[in-house]
Amino acid sequence: MRLARHLPVTTLAAAIAMSGHAQAQTEITVATVNNNDMVIMQSLTEAFEEAHPDITLDWVVLEENVLRQRMTTDIATDGGQFDVMTIGTYEVPIWAERGWLSPLNNLPDDYNEDDLLTSVRDGLSLDGTLHALPFYAESSMMYYRQDLFEKAGIEMSDQPTWEEVREWAGELHGSEEGVAGICLRGKPGWGENMAFVSTLVNTYGGRWFDEEWNPELNSEAWVNAIQFYVDLLNDYGPPGASSNGFNENLALFSRGNCAMWVDATSAAGKLYDGNESDVADSLGFAPAPVAETPKGSHWLWSWALAIPASSENQEAALEFITWATSQEYIELVGETEGWTSVPPGTRESTYANEQYTEAAPFADFVLKAIQDADPTDSTLEPNPYVGVQFVGIPEFQSIGTQVGQTIAAALTGDTTVEQALDSAQRATERTMQRAGYLD
Amino acid sequence: MTTLSSKTAAPRSVSGWRSTQSKRILLTLLGWSVALVIFFPIFWMILTGFKTETAAIADPSLIFSPTLESYQDVHARSGYARFALNSVAVAFGSTFFALLIAIPSAYAMAFLPTKRTKGTLLWMLSTKMLPSVGVLVPIYLIFRDVGLLDTRTGLIIIYTLMNLPIVVWMLYTFFKDMPKDILEAGRMDGASTFQEVFFLLLPLTLPGIASTGLLSVILSWNEAFWSLNLTTSSAAPLTAYIASFSSPEGLFWAKLSAASTMAIAPILILGWMTQKQMVRGLTFGAVK
Repeated sequence: MRLARHLPVTTLAAAIAMSGHAQAQTEITVATVNNNDMVIMQSLTEAFEEAHPDITLDWVVLEENVLRQRMTTDIATDGGQFDVMTIGTYEVPIWAERGWLSPLNNLPDDYNEDDLLTSVRDGLSLDGTLHALPFYAESSMMYYRQDLFEKAGIEMSDQPTWEEVREWAGELHGSEEGVAGICLRGKPGWGENMAFVSTLVNTYGGRWFDEEWNPELNSEAWVNAIQFYVDLLNDYGPPGASSNGFNENLALFSRGNCAMWVDATSAAGKLYDGNESDVADSLGFAPAPVAETPKGSHWLWSWALAIPASSENQEAALEFITWATSQEYIELVGETEGWTSVPPGTRESTYANEQYTEAAPFADFVLKAIQDADPTDSTLEPNPYVGVQFVGIPEFQSIGTQVGQTIAAALTGDTTVEQALDSAQRATERTMQRAGYLD
Repeated sequence: MTTLSSKTAAPRSVSGWRSTQSKRILLTLLGWSVALVIFFPIFWMILTGFKTETAAIADPSLIFSPTLESYQDVHARSGYARFALNSVAVAFGSTFFALLIAIPSAYAMAFLPTKRTKGTLLWMLSTKMLPSVGVLVPIYLIFRDVGLLDTRTGLIIIYTLMNLPIVVWMLYTFFKDMPKDILEAGRMDGASTFQEVFFLLLPLTLPGIASTGLLSVILSWNEAFWSLNLTTSSAAPLTAYIASFSSPEGLFWAKLSAASTMAIAPILILGWMTQKQMVRGLTFGAVK
């Protein structure tokens, strides 16, 4: 009887409490790629939700190119499907300029913005205002097998040159069964072979465009660099080098099939992990090789978390991205997943952490490479663009992929280097004319 | 004469039998070769799912130590059931609506043709020739405005429209091959159009309708472009689930293969279970 009398009141109170809870609960949709660091971030969802009981996370994981296309469609049409987007250094300034990203000028005091590495921070800013927060950053460097170098009596230089690399590759190619002298990216794509090729051209003294946006793809520096690349890979590269990208070369190097490999610093943790790599014990690191100039010899890239202007959950999204890119998060990953698994290249404090530097002997190389890379001054002669291994204009995705295909054709011997670069030059000129950069 | 003719006929029939047999063997071999070529990518995918990531990217080999590592990773990381449920709802939902619209359309075109019927049929098919990406932005904007983004309803509408031309064409072909006399006899006995369709046409063309439905289910199940572009998480089907395992930095082929095997398994099993009906339906009325 008493229960029956109290039931309506109790039910009403419960309903009010539940509706209050439902109102306070915000679900944010995070679009990301399937890289190892992002997989760890997803696995720590519970830790975030426990610390922020009013926010729940919903993940959308897609292949990089699909994600890029999906996010572009959504953001350009003001679709509002995502609250947080994982984008790179290439997109941030372009999208920010169009007003597609929320400026991050209201970061909480405890975020410690000054702790972010300057070059990474600059790459994610427009007019000095951050438009995305760096989740992890990378440059490029050289990996080599110390055991093979020692056996051949070769000593690695503090700053290797590409000519030295050619010499060493010749000596080490075939020194053991199935060992190629050098592995480099050959798979066509603006984010694949062209990321590496652009740094090679930079250090050979070339540039994509002159100050008036005229393409310079058949200049002497480009011809020298590409001829060197084609000869080096054809003489001392692994079989089928034109279809090898980052993943394929990572697999080859970790199985011991490459004496040297120049690629992303983000591979260091994987190669140093004895469970994933057969060469962990003999792994050596060196800066990316140089030729005519050290400028632009190694790239700068970061995966960052941004909030689209179309998101209706701006506050909750900001809570999440400041948590996922904080020092607190880095420490959480170090303690739960191991220190070699922490997202590298974003904060000074990571490199001041002894636990990290002890676990990751490559930390200094990575830090120096990231700090040295200057996207605003990446070529010997001045250029009008921002970016080391890319040109920060919307047209670059198609230009880079097209040029990448012609260079891959030169690598497979379908065309000569001169023919490939002449064709790339003509195609780029057409694109730049259509886009209004040239008359 | 009789003896002579029987003597001359005997060697001819043996050679004829031999040539028929060798033709049969050749055709069987050809059939198996084509089947193996078609099945090979699926076979390789299933095999790769049982390899380690390093073995998956190493030189192709049939000899390796099988492991369930990738299946464990895939299972641990994402809610397969949620994606699978969306695939089932969207594939069967869109097929139901496509048949609902296509049956009356095909009936009208097959039994009550006008001088524009052929043109209408061709026009319907021509919509399939347009690249989907060409209409992505308008469709995305419409879906955004009516609140259909990331909903099963939205995907069902798109898939229904996408498969409608093929479904209408197939049903039109089946209906057209049906003798008109049967329907006329029904009409003479006083059957209404509704009764004519439900009690005469549909039972007689059921194998054709079933195979059309199965084809529509398969096409919807495998569609990736619209599902990737119009969904985020709530309505994402298995095609989006597969796409989440590709990685720009890190080895992923074994996990991707395991995820793909899990994604195609239901439709593969359905296809095997119904292959007799499919073949019967697809060849329905083919030989007269």
